[in-house]
Amino acid sequence: MTGFQYSAPVSVEEAVALLAVDGKARLLAGGTDLMVQMRSGRVAPSQVVDIKRIPGAIGIRQENGGFVIGAGTSCAALGEHAALCAAWPGVVEGANLIGSTQVQGRATMAGNLCNASPAADSVPALVAAGARCLVVGPQGQREIAVQDIPVTPGRNSLAPGEFVLELRLPARPAGASDAYLRAIPRTEMDIAVVGAGVNLVVAPDGTIIEAHVALGAVAPTVLLVKDAGAALVGSKLDDAALQRMEQAVSAACKPISDKRGTAEYRKSIAAVLARRTAKIAYQRAGERS
Amino acid sequence: MSKVYVSSVVNGDPVEFLCDADTSLLDALRDELGLTGAKEGCGTGDCGACSIMLDGRLVCSCLVLGPEAEGRQIDTIEGMAEGSELHPLQRQFLEHAALQCGFCTPGLLVASKALLERNPDPSETEIRFWLAGNLCRCTGYDKIIRAVQDAAAELRQERSVA
Ligand SMILES: Cc1cc2nc3c(=O)[nH]c(=O)nc-3n(C[C@H](O)[C@H](O)[C@H](O)COP(=O)(O)OP(=O)(O)OC[C@H]3O[C@@H](n4cnc5c(N)ncnc54)[C@H](O)[C@@H]3O)c2cc1C
Ligand code: FES
Ligand code: FES
Repeated sequence: MTGFQYSAPVSVEEAVALLAVDGKARLLAGGTDLMVQMRSGRVAPSQVVDIKRIPGAIGIRQENGGFVIGAGTSCAALGEHAALCAAWPGVVEGANLIGSTQVQGRATMAGNLCNASPAADSVPALVAAGARCLVVGPQGQREIAVQDIPVTPGRNSLAPGEFVLELRLPARPAGASDAYLRAIPRTEMDIAVVGAGVNLVVAPDGTIIEAHVALGAVAPTVLLVKDAGAALVGSKLDDAALQRMEQAVSAACKPISDKRGTAEYRKSIAAVLARRTAKIAYQRAGERS
Repeated sequence: MSKVYVSSVVNGDPVEFLCDADTSLLDALRDELGLTGAKEGCGTGDCGACSIMLDGRLVCSCLVLGPEAEGRQIDTIEGMAEGSELHPLQRQFLEHAALQCGFCTPGLLVASKALLERNPDPSETEIRFWLAGNLCRCTGYDKIIRAVQDAAAELRQERSVA
């Protein structure tokens, strides 16, 4: 790592000013990507701005029936929040797949999102959930959809000086639940070959009234596959609906071939994984109606 | 480049040190405070040899910046034994020969202790998942798992007697 200035501002304004100093300032959340990137020399920031001391940057609060998650909140803390786990089990299981226990103690979902890896494990479930980001910056604040953050692998859409202060999950109706599954060559500590997040709202008679399907690692950024969600709406997750969803998933995938899997493999695994994930989300939703 | 002044509490004692902004907490502990129990196996968060507790959370100290420790509570392997009395985990690691070269051992002990504090009776699967970020190239893990199970049983016993 090469010399940089470290600061830990205690207000949003101060953090924005520090991050806007030059194009080479970097925000530090859990550091589980940034520290590795600095060490390898891939990034050499002029400033490292630690946001974790900004009041509200760490913590989970319930607001208008939904949840507001501070950008500095560790994935481990998400898994310890009973109400969040009950309402958004898929979001939490995505976050809790990131790395080891040690990595969990520091890694954040906002960092996972802003780092913009196509295989980021917490992002598909966040996208399926319709989560939004509170972005703060020199121009004030704005709210954008989670999927508008990643642009290409390793690049996000934030302007200089801007950062994500909060992730916001919407209120949950009865009969709603979600799930996330990933396929990896090992059982732990690996990068997703495919990830699938499914978020469903199910009527008391078992009919799906809302469905969102998002995929990771099968395109340069996470994909929200509208046709896959639409294929499930109106069904009771029968085989015909699942097959239509699988076709939509395979058609939407634009994967690469690499050492973890060929493009062909990823396409077929994506369909299988989306099916399994949908079944879990459906069962969970049934338990909450 | 001017040094950063950091004050924190390490193993219950207030400490102060100076470090460069880009020093990892692992290097600060080892080089500034002389606490060489935590080791650098990889420097990239993969091996867990650098495991410490930061404000009660298990983390890789190689992925923390030294200056981040300002005002924080740090617990390392050096604080595990009480004087010359080994912690049950340390004793069981010795009894089970759960170490050979010992490079991974401080990290495994710190991580295992963190597990038993939240879950006094973990299943084998729970132990294996919790410790998945602690790599050991010598033992093949089985002895480590058994040592953790026996230490857990011992601690449960102690607690029920107390
Ligand atoms: C051993 C190991 C295993 C891992 N396994 C996985 C895995 O299984 N799945 C997975 O998806 N990832 C994995 N990762 C990657 C990493 O842990 C995650 O991407 C993590 O969520 C990053 O969060 P962070 O808070 O540590 O980010 P940081 O490292 O602090 O930041 C990452 C990047 O995002 C920027 N950033 C962070 N927060 C914000 C914000 N609020 N606003 C704007 N920009 C921001 C930073 O400037 C930096 O460029 C692993 C990493 C390690 C070291
Ligand atoms: S040295 Fe920190 S995880 Fe390997
Ligand atoms: S005892 Fe040698 S690495 Fe574990």
